[in-house]
Amino acid sequence: MKLNTSLDHNGETMRGTLPVTLGATIVLLVAAACGGGPAPIPQPDPDSLAAAEQIRRDSTAVVQEERDSVQRVQAEARERVQREQQAQRDSVVRIQQETAAVAEALSARIHFDFDRSVIKPEWEAVLDMKIAILQANPMLTISIVGHCDERGSDEYNIALGNRRALGAKQYMVNRGIEAQRISTSSMGESQPAMMGSGEEAWSQNRRDEFVIASGGDGLVQPGS
Amino acid sequence: MTRMFTKSPVIAAVLFCAIIWRGEDALAQREGPADQGVRVGITYAPGTLPGLLFLGSGRGVFLDSVRAILRRDLDYSDRFEMITIPGNEFLEIAGPVEGGSAPLSEDEAGSVANYALYAALRVDFALDVSKSPDSGAAVTLFDVRGAAVRRRLAVENGDVESLEFRANVHQLSDAIVLAATGTPGIATSRLLFVRRGRLYRVDSDGAGVTGIAASGNVYSPTWHPEGKDFAYASFPGDSRVRIGSLDGESGDAHLIIAGVDGTQDFAPAFSPNGVTIVFARAGAEGTDIFSYNLADSCCLQRLTVGRFSDNLSPTFSPDGRQIAFVSTRPGSPQIYVMGSDGTGAELFAPFDFGVTGNSYAPEWSPDGLNIAFHREIGGSPQVFVMDVSSRTVKQLSSAGRNEDPTWGPDGRHLAYVSSRTGSSQMWVIDLETGRIRQVTRMGRVRLPSWSSRLD
Repeated sequence: MKLNTSLDHNGETMRGTLPVTLGATIVLLVAAACGGGPAPIPQPDPDSLAAAEQIRRDSTAVVQEERDSVQRVQAEARERVQREQQAQRDSVVRIQQETAAVAEALSARIHFDFDRSVIKPEWEAVLDMKIAILQANPMLTISIVGHCDERGSDEYNIALGNRRALGAKQYMVNRGIEAQRISTSSMGESQPAMMGSGEEAWSQNRRDEFVIASGGDGLVQPGS
Repeated sequence: MTRMFTKSPVIAAVLFCAIIWRGEDALAQREGPADQGVRVGITYAPGTLPGLLFLGSGRGVFLDSVRAILRRDLDYSDRFEMITIPGNEFLEIAGPVEGGSAPLSEDEAGSVANYALYAALRVDFALDVSKSPDSGAAVTLFDVRGAAVRRRLAVENGDVESLEFRANVHQLSDAIVLAATGTPGIATSRLLFVRRGRLYRVDSDGAGVTGIAASGNVYSPTWHPEGKDFAYASFPGDSRVRIGSLDGESGDAHLIIAGVDGTQDFAPAFSPNGVTIVFARAGAEGTDIFSYNLADSCCLQRLTVGRFSDNLSPTFSPDGRQIAFVSTRPGSPQIYVMGSDGTGAELFAPFDFGVTGNSYAPEWSPDGLNIAFHREIGGSPQVFVMDVSSRTVKQLSSAGRNEDPTWGPDGRHLAYVSSRTGSSQMWVIDLETGRIRQVTRMGRVRLPSWSSRLD
């Protein structure tokens, strides 16, 4: 649009200067025919040269301006796209970071006394955090897996691991989490967290693990 | 076993006498004062086990293999005192066969037997393993006191490396035990066990360890009463009960009970008639025992209702009318018993609250008289047996961890897992003699199950 306008304006200018040049040439020819002596060499009118130069300059400037304008527009577009992409990237990273932080809090284990499935008071804060996360992320469902140390029979430890998973689930259901959002299972003593026979390994192995079952994309922190 | 050594000097002395005074003189000396002289310094108390001596003639890979497997089977039966002659695997009965003499017929074998000498060696049964007049080996059991052939058996030639050959010799061994004692042996029985989630079988003498194709991580394998099919739980995997078979090409296990979401099935046990299978199911209400009718593929029934307790590890009484199991009703896992329909549950193995350790893994003996289980004592599981009628318990082990006992088909042998050598291995104890022996030598063995006798 802008380009066309400047062309029109330029054409107008050229049409305006043409009669002046023609007039000057006629005057010179008449003078030569009437006078004696050699006819003077026609000199270009400095004004008209300047005008031509001006025209040339104007025309170049217009082209340049056109070029600049196209580049500017393109650059702006590029920048805008880049800005948007960056913003998107930043937001994905932010979401990923937040999701990872929430998932980590969610996966924190709780531990048990030997042959017991009672939730000890020192682990209640860990479960309370999981409750807050579940409340902040309504699509999230989790699976609780109970584990045992190597003592007790293999078969009994399936039942005991099941009790440990149920114990944590009951704690969370009692505090408002829908029961169907938490599934439970037992690994018995089949997957120790730490190898070895002794209280250090045993205490690590008597545990509940918490795994995201579904709705684990884009988790938000409680209260955000 | 110990008496074999204490008796050796007696044997040496008797043989020495036999050389000096020859046959009849030796026999005479045994009855007379000279026999008292032989016994000087030896504190030998006559045992209740009949003495058994190997006789034979001829050698070779086949004969030697038959003798070696038979000797071990008869020794492991714990029903004989194995009489050995220092420096000899067996007593030559009729001269070397390689010398051209023909193998002996039954009558000939009977006629060359030196009953007086065997009696002098305190032998009650002599067992001749020689080349058969036909093919393979002829096995003759002599009743020394009756001075007669008790039983004549044969074993066909076969590939001594094959499981079939071993099974044939095990059958022979069980027939010999039956002929000598009136009760068949247990050599043909096999055990299942789990190692690193894989299922294995092993002959009761510890030979023929073979992996069995099974689905997923195997848990709690248990034999069908006929000893060919078996059930197990695949755990953790899909945690369902499957049935496999040693008759099939690959033990292609099939799922028998449809699972319920959020539950895990384990610890299966067959009823003695094979019609019902019971198992434990862990779910939202804890762990309870269920039964399922295999014959009609129906009728899943919950036998225990323990809202606040777990009930698991069921085992049928041999008459099929009762089920012993583990229950946490008293606050810690202990041995309970109930009717096979789930009624009348009560504490079975007595315990003192807060004193007696946790008790697990009961298995009812095939004769119905005892329950074997393991119980925590000072931080280690130990094998116990309870007499069902008097409900008195007896501790059988004390060295290392000893757990998951399973009865042999004769009701006097128990296999269990022991860590006494530093690694978890299967061991067998004979309740009558107290003898123990190691069955496996591979480590990480767990959850054994002993089959019935196989024919």
